[in-house]
Amino acid sequence: MNLIELKNVTLGYENHIVLKDIDMTIDDKDFICIVGPNGSGKSTLVKGILGLIKPKKGKVIYNNLKQNFIGYMPQETKVDSSFPASVYEIVLSGTLNSMGLRSFYTKKEKDMADKNLKLLGIDKLKNKNFCDLSGGQRQKVLLARSLCATSKLLILDEPSNNLDTKSKQDLYKTLKELNENHGITIIMITHDLDHNNLIGNKILSLREDKIFFGSTEEFVKKVHHE
Amino acid sequence: MSSIVEMFSYTFIVRAFIVGILISLCASLIGVSLVLRRNSMIGDGLSHVGFGAFAIATVLGIAPLEFAIPLVIVVSFLILRLNDNSKIHGDSAIAIISASSLAIGTFIISITKGVNTDINNYLFGSILSINEKDIIVSIILSIIVILLYVFSYNKIFAITFDERFAKSIGVKTDLYNMIFASLCSIVVVLGMRLMGSLLISSLIIFPTLSSMQLFKKFKSVIISSIIISIISFIVGLYISFIYATPTGATIVIANLIVFLLFKLLSIIRIKK
Repeated sequence: MNLIELKNVTLGYENHIVLKDIDMTIDDKDFICIVGPNGSGKSTLVKGILGLIKPKKGKVIYNNLKQNFIGYMPQETKVDSSFPASVYEIVLSGTLNSMGLRSFYTKKEKDMADKNLKLLGIDKLKNKNFCDLSGGQRQKVLLARSLCATSKLLILDEPSNNLDTKSKQDLYKTLKELNENHGITIIMITHDLDHNNLIGNKILSLREDKIFFGSTEEFVKKVHHE
Repeated sequence: MSSIVEMFSYTFIVRAFIVGILISLCASLIGVSLVLRRNSMIGDGLSHVGFGAFAIATVLGIAPLEFAIPLVIVVSFLILRLNDNSKIHGDSAIAIISASSLAIGTFIISITKGVNTDINNYLFGSILSINEKDIIVSIILSIIVILLYVFSYNKIFAITFDERFAKSIGVKTDLYNMIFASLCSIVVVLGMRLMGSLLISSLIIFPTLSSMQLFKKFKSVIISSIIISIISFIVGLYISFIYATPTGATIVIANLIVFLLFKLLSIIRIKK
């Protein structure tokens, strides 16, 4: 079963094209790492999949998945260091996509937020101010918010940026668990080319004209040959 | 006590009291998002546009509120667009728009009437200028602002905290940004009568900044801002009545004192 199909998709901004004629399928329970140098179009591709930018050509097809039910974790959420927001307020905001025209959270949304806080082991931080947390804790809060928005697909844009080694390993472990034990499909943009940290089963490598999409094993072998 | 009774025996004070409380409430509501999105200058820019609009309306002899509110809303949409496609930098654009409006307003008033106290009233506000119709318009619009804010609250929070995420889960960010810009425009224009074009933005910014010194939850900051805003207004109005000082300026000073007090408390709390 697949969740998303990209058919001949070309993406870009105004007058310039970033990615041309991309064909790929995202299967259920995949864990895809997207790698590539700066400016190779990793974030652009993700925005295309999320529907934040419209393809200039081609089609993105969603199967068994609504476009706004993807859990997105943007690259470095720029938060003012004095922004007043509790962890709970932030995590709850992830449930907005299931509210339809309703304006206020009900028990269903609150339970969902509590469930995901517990799942990531941060339920004790519930009433803490987001800005007082460490980098690793913040990422988990944002991950919990994304989990409130989806039960199927997470898209993470460089989630391990600015994390120390220990928090990074901790985050990777959590992501693997979500993928293996909770059946959540994950797409993760990463800069981390250390083979041990290419934790997904598939790799999409964007490098100017050379696009590779295949299993992680194959990719590692290929890189060794080069 | 007797001075309070005396104060409310004047119709213009009662009018100012009603309008002022509503405006203070609305201004503090929208202030939180404006300040946190680093858009405080938009409030300031819009107030200058309001000044220009009031001047034109006065000269043409048309109802100032009915003319100014739509015009300011249109300009606020324009500023939103300028912020989006950032060929001109956002704050430069606001600076250009606000200076031009101020200049056009002053120019028009002076060639048609000669420079008189009118300009002063527009710039610094005058509680004497609030009439019966203003009250009705203010009450209706304030209720609209409050209802729209309450019903969009969770979405406004999501957009204020992280617009990209909000957009990805289907929150209509462009629509809410427009709703929000309209609310700002209405509050600014309504508040200008009382506070004047130069002082109205402080009514939007101060209560939020004060609250952020002590409170760390979005909801607590909003509730605290409302309380600070209303108390500062009442104290400011009372003092201005007793000592015959300009109302707008006195309210801003009351806000400033609250801010300094909260700042001091937060410093003490950190040291502990």
